[in-house]
Amino acid sequence: MAKITFDGIEVEVPDGTTILNAARQIGGGIVPPAMCYYTPLKGSGGKCRACLVKVSAGSAKDPRPMPKLVASCITTVQDGMVVENTINEQVMDVRKGIVEMLLINHPLDCPVCDQAGECSLQDFAFEHGLSTTRYEEERRTFEKIDIGPLIQLHMTRCILCYRCVYVADQLTPERVHGVLGRGDASEIGTYIENIIDNDFSGNVIDVCPVGALTDKTFRFKQRVWFTKPVNAHRDCETDKCNGHVTLWYKGKDVLRVTARKDEYGEVKEWICNTCRFDKKETADWTLEGPAHINRASVIAQNHYELPVVNPQVIADLPESTVRELEQNPPLRLGGLNN
Amino acid sequence: MGRKLLTEHINVEGINTFEVYRKHGGYRSVEKALKTMTPDEVTEEVKKSGLRGRGGAGFPAGMKWGFLAKPEGVPRYLVCNADESEPGTFKDRQLMTKLPHLLIEGMITGSYALGARTSYIYIRGELLYVLRILEKAIAEAYAAGFLGENILGSGYSLDLHVHPGAGAYICGEETALLESLEGKRGNPRNKPPFPAVQGLYARPTVVNNVETIAAVPVIVNEGGDEYAKIGIGKSTGTKLISACGHLNKPGIYEIELGLPVEEFIYSDEYCGGIWKGRELKAVVAGGSSVPILPKELILKTAAGENRLMSYESLSDGGFVTGTMLGSGGFIAMDETTCIVKNTWNYSRFYHHESCGQCSPCREGTGWLEKVLHRLEHGHGSMHDIDLIVSVAKQIEGNTICPLGEAAAWPVAAAVRHFRHEFEWHVNHPKEATAPGAVYRGAAVLA
Repeated sequence: MAKITFDGIEVEVPDGTTILNAARQIGGGIVPPAMCYYTPLKGSGGKCRACLVKVSAGSAKDPRPMPKLVASCITTVQDGMVVENTINEQVMDVRKGIVEMLLINHPLDCPVCDQAGECSLQDFAFEHGLSTTRYEEERRTFEKIDIGPLIQLHMTRCILCYRCVYVADQLTPERVHGVLGRGDASEIGTYIENIIDNDFSGNVIDVCPVGALTDKTFRFKQRVWFTKPVNAHRDCETDKCNGHVTLWYKGKDVLRVTARKDEYGEVKEWICNTCRFDKKETADWTLEGPAHINRASVIAQNHYELPVVNPQVIADLPESTVRELEQNPPLRLGGLNN
Repeated sequence: MGRKLLTEHINVEGINTFEVYRKHGGYRSVEKALKTMTPDEVTEEVKKSGLRGRGGAGFPAGMKWGFLAKPEGVPRYLVCNADESEPGTFKDRQLMTKLPHLLIEGMITGSYALGARTSYIYIRGELLYVLRILEKAIAEAYAAGFLGENILGSGYSLDLHVHPGAGAYICGEETALLESLEGKRGNPRNKPPFPAVQGLYARPTVVNNVETIAAVPVIVNEGGDEYAKIGIGKSTGTKLISACGHLNKPGIYEIELGLPVEEFIYSDEYCGGIWKGRELKAVVAGGSSVPILPKELILKTAAGENRLMSYESLSDGGFVTGTMLGSGGFIAMDETTCIVKNTWNYSRFYHHESCGQCSPCREGTGWLEKVLHRLEHGHGSMHDIDLIVSVAKQIEGNTICPLGEAAAWPVAAAVRHFRHEFEWHVNHPKEATAPGAVYRGAAVLA
């Protein structure tokens, strides 16, 4: 076990845990944002640089600070490590810069994007970004490519997190898409036009943090905040799929089916394409009840839950932090619930 | 005339063949190391020599070798980074073209020291003809028994392979190079783990520059202590400098570290002064990614001392009034050079070569290039000058690999020292964009 101090809060976690996951165990507003890291996908992370934090003491043995900011999603904890996130001005400045970089070539077409309302980039920009841009140049665009009847690829919205590439590598027998090109001309593609089609290909939609990969069967049907998520399951015959899903209802109709996600938007159980695209009748499913609505979701409509610090993992909260937590719960989303 | 350790015989007819090379004392270090020294003793000599990485970062080579993890029963690798593509740097190409056996000799001795049974030379894809030269030389070394099974009856075996890249600058970054060598897309890896622990095929690996490896035979032959006597302070030995730009005699020079920059530029033994009798304006001393310095600061440090060609002297003054020795790509610019255009040109290169993996570099390099293009073509505003400094700062230090810094430093330094020239482009767009126009005001020194 390693004991670390994160933003003044001490927490004890197993060796080999990343700083980000240690912070997630504490929970609350101190958790660094993650645009590319995805716990279930091995090898993901380190690319978007949104989760950079300052390590002001490397470990108990070697308490020197790390010279550069480190990506918290891939840096493992050391006993005695001291990490600064929201309390460090440099970290917050750099994060603003990362938002700006991710947005300069993003089309900002949220009004017509199916991901709007559950988009990590929207949340990230809302929480850390500026409301203006310094970018005057023309934004980057790509030739449209068709990757099949089920999944829509919008390359202009892509932030190149590589998650969909890892999904294809780790979930499906054969990967037919990848990142082509270099620098800001890199794009997700199949090189020779090809259909991304196998039993688990639909999961690329769930892992995509933005609207670059969306569900064609749900396209333009409804804004997500007008739909009601309901947990359901069925006996799925597909190997490795156990049929635990979330159905998104509008009235009596199931408009789309997704995997269940935790509060950080991570899928815990992958679902197959049959469950996702073909079973859109209530009769196909055994309903379990309303799904938990994420704090950042627009569906919460002014009933934002404040993220709660998990008291069990915290060893000793300094008195000042306790007072601070009581007076100011860890995160207020842009003052909306004031 | 300084001593030539690497290039002494470079102009000997037929030195690229095994026989001639052997006649001139080639492969002595292999004999000496394999027959009379243990691998650790070879490493110890390299440590004593104070040899520093010649690829740009200047990290002590012996220390790097010392970091190599050596778990039992796990193969280790030595990889030679011959993906030389930094603008202004062309020393390794010459070394490999003329003296392929020197590199091979260094690879054998180095691999022996590190306990590698298979080693690789990763060469830049554009240098296909050099690849053929190396392959021919390797075949000769195999035939002579210096490669393959049981070298010189010592019981040590080594296989050496040359692998061409596909022409990406980023594959000169050591972890991207390893990815590429493994047959994957050349994206830099997140560190840690460092290659010394998990490198090629997740095995302990040392990646060294061509020139670093070529210095190993000299160190083994002469002894680390002898090698350390050459040079100045912690900059030991000799360094190949590829001098280019507005010089009377551009070319590749082997210098003893510690040579005054002024002597290097103006003496007839080296570059012979600035061409066409013009004045020197600025110098980029170590390949395009290091900060540019105006004439006043490259010849003398801020404290008024003579600037020397050494790791320490060139970085004297940090990034405010100093620069870096880098890879030894010495680019001299005369008074007719437009710094704005030059900076734009560099940015264009880094924009083109960014791998696109992490967001600050992927988006930032393109942004820098576009704003610099605007400034150069007379459409910029004063705000743009601050903008590029700010964007460079947003990239620097926040990326996976050093390409981010390489893209940010030249821009930040150009604005730092030549801000007036940028402002002149904004305030007098017509004059600035006229053919042959150039700003001749003074540079900012501090």
